[in-house]
Amino acid sequence: MKFELAGAPHQPPAASVGGVMRQVLYALVPAVAAHVWFFGYGILFQIALAVGFAVAFEAIMLKLRDRPIGLFLSDWSAVVTGVLFALCMPPLAPWWIAAVGMLFAIVIAKQLYGGLGYNLFNPAMVGFAAVIIAFPLELSQWLLPRSLSPGLPGLLETAQAVFTGRLPATLDWDSVTGATPLDQLRTGVRENLLVTEVRSAPIFGDFGGRGWEWIANFYALGGIYLLWKRVISWHVPVAVIATTVMISMPLWLFGPDTNPSPAQHIFSGALVLAAFFIATDPVSGCSTSKGKLVFGAGVAILTLVIRRWGGYPDGVAFAVLLMNMGAPLIDRLTRPRTYGH
Amino acid sequence: MVEALPGDRIHAFPGGLKLRHHKAVACEHPVKRPALPDRLYIQILQHQGESGELLVTDGDRVRAGQALTSAGDDFIVPEHAPTSGTIETITDHPAAFPPGGTQRAIVLVPDGRDEWVECRPVADWHNASPGTLIDHLHQSGLAGMGGAMFPTAAKLRGDWPQLRTVILNGAECEPWIACDEMLMRERAQDVIEGGLILARAAGAERVVIAIEDRMGVVDDRLRAARQALGAEDSVRIRKVFTVYPEGGERQLIQALTGREVPHDGLPQDLGVVVHNVATAAAARDAVLEGRPLIERIVTVTGPGIAQPRNFLTLIGTPFSHLVDSAGGYAEPVSRLILGGPMSGTALASDAIPVTKGSNCILALTERETAPTQPTMPCINCGECVRVCPARLLPQTLFRLIEAENLDAAADYDLSDCIECGCCAAVCPSHIPLVDYYRHGKDELVRRRLDRRRAALAKRRYEAREERLARQKAERQARRKAREEKLKRPEKAQDEIQAAIERAKQNKKT
Repeated sequence: MKFELAGAPHQPPAASVGGVMRQVLYALVPAVAAHVWFFGYGILFQIALAVGFAVAFEAIMLKLRDRPIGLFLSDWSAVVTGVLFALCMPPLAPWWIAAVGMLFAIVIAKQLYGGLGYNLFNPAMVGFAAVIIAFPLELSQWLLPRSLSPGLPGLLETAQAVFTGRLPATLDWDSVTGATPLDQLRTGVRENLLVTEVRSAPIFGDFGGRGWEWIANFYALGGIYLLWKRVISWHVPVAVIATTVMISMPLWLFGPDTNPSPAQHIFSGALVLAAFFIATDPVSGCSTSKGKLVFGAGVAILTLVIRRWGGYPDGVAFAVLLMNMGAPLIDRLTRPRTYGH
Repeated sequence: MVEALPGDRIHAFPGGLKLRHHKAVACEHPVKRPALPDRLYIQILQHQGESGELLVTDGDRVRAGQALTSAGDDFIVPEHAPTSGTIETITDHPAAFPPGGTQRAIVLVPDGRDEWVECRPVADWHNASPGTLIDHLHQSGLAGMGGAMFPTAAKLRGDWPQLRTVILNGAECEPWIACDEMLMRERAQDVIEGGLILARAAGAERVVIAIEDRMGVVDDRLRAARQALGAEDSVRIRKVFTVYPEGGERQLIQALTGREVPHDGLPQDLGVVVHNVATAAAARDAVLEGRPLIERIVTVTGPGIAQPRNFLTLIGTPFSHLVDSAGGYAEPVSRLILGGPMSGTALASDAIPVTKGSNCILALTERETAPTQPTMPCINCGECVRVCPARLLPQTLFRLIEAENLDAAADYDLSDCIECGCCAAVCPSHIPLVDYYRHGKDELVRRRLDRRRAALAKRRYEAREERLARQKAERQARRKAREEKLKRPEKAQDEIQAAIERAKQNKKT
């Protein structure tokens, strides 16, 4: 009898890239649901647009690069990029924002660097950075959460806003949109208001912003699912959140009037999302345990620095991109000692 | 030297995998001797090192225990006839190494009478010198039975002033292999006695038997046997965690002592030496009964085997014979493996014979091996880093080897890879990582050889240049000498001229 020759190990593979990416998508479902509850259907349009453009650009680029299209589309990585990008978009952002974002994310940051596994930067964050630099106005128009809004736009109204840029006569931009809590806090502190004064505005909840804090909780829930499924390791999320607490806590204790509390930092903006879903991107991040701790701490520090002194209310995207630059070096410097050396 | 004794505390080693075990299926029945096969194929090289010279030829009648090849230094281990019969021929026969290749084998047709040569045990081994014991084990054909087949005498002999402990490796971490477990269940006392003999031969004070924490029966039997032998003081039984690759020599030492064998050193540097439990039992048979190593327990198992079980098998028995003895193949077998699924070798044929290191024949169906999945690019997920027991960066090594940057791979300690397969088992991109490392290591060895060859060639070239230069110089010297010689006639002409001048002068005057 003849048998096949193959190298060890002789067992079915435990996981696949596509499987890992799908787990990430499952983990995001609760947060997306919460998002819809608090801010309406906009997020679903953003996801559909970003995923559509991401997959289309990926397919075109694979074709141009003469790579197997089916194989690489079935790895779900373009979908994950699209979804993560969409989660950072204002719900009513015009459709072409997603197109520009995915052009930068998929075509430039990913495929031109060699495709899956070869990108140096987190594609979703490259896309986000590109559109927030290019279109600051469109990206500042956030909807007010359900409890503060005179009425969230319905499905058709959302579609009209996203595709035409106009809201129906029943709603006007100024009443349904506002600055994000982080933006409001930042502006307030710069105008010499006390943090407590700023926080007395209705948009703030117990920890972060109304609605925002709940979405952050659901991101954390999804993150715990990923930890349980061993899709991510604890190092990056713990490093991001612990570092945020460690740095913001003393500042807050000694200057509570000018510095937001650690809870405010964690539960506003994209920090929890970044901690579990963005800074944990394996391709552009670190792979050693110590390296992941350094990477996560770096993301947290840079986020706080940008929030405090930078030009943008939230700094997570830029923090992740800056740390992406350092990731290979960090991995090199945190290389574990080989057995017996 | 630092005292390194396997203590009471069991340590964890980095990485590793918790695997589902399938040993029970082969452990249901006691170890059985299969029927005598028609032919035995005794490979003349079954260990690391070189084969001895053939002592038999076609048509020779041999008796069981008779040496078929000669013993040389410690790396030339003799092979013995497993039973009596006639040498049919000596030929190239399919072998596990190299994969798909052949090895020289002695074909023995058993006569069924099992007549033995006279067995010569070592009288009073307790007082025999280590040298005598090691020589005896060497002559008895002992090589490591855990799979690596390192010559036992070579491991024992040496100037190891600090050697304190012989560790018997009973931690069988591959999910299907059960031969060592069955051996310890059925021959617990022999294993302990063998361990004491190995300790005496190595000049060590004590024996530590390492078993996995799930081997409850083995633990009881070993304890009872130790008591029966009155060896409580010198024999320790330690349970280690059931984590693959716990049975790897270096991982086992780390688990028992918490210390790492230096990358350029040997376990002996830590005062320990590791032998497989089956090697210990074989040492006992050789010393107490004078029986050379001619048989071993082989697990025949897997979903593709009708009646999985353990066989006490003569060396040289074809795997096909064992499979038949186990009821034959149950399902279409896609892969036949020597060893376990994690680090075993896929076999091209079941005509391959049992050697001293054959612990398990595993027949897997397509369900367990899965049709080859497409390889995706590495996404740097770090799973391989997490499970690597050598604390390497497997994904970095992969990228460096792929880029043919082997010098950098060597800097990242490629040579410290133990090829356990954990990284490849968890890789979501299905990259055959171990294949890359083997290729990289081979390539490094080849380059080292090439460099040595280049150095030799350079020396030869320089020697030639030097010789040519010397010859040229000699030629020049000779020419000069010749020219000198030729100048002399000129002188003579001058003299003639002078004489003519003188004559002319004389005429004038």
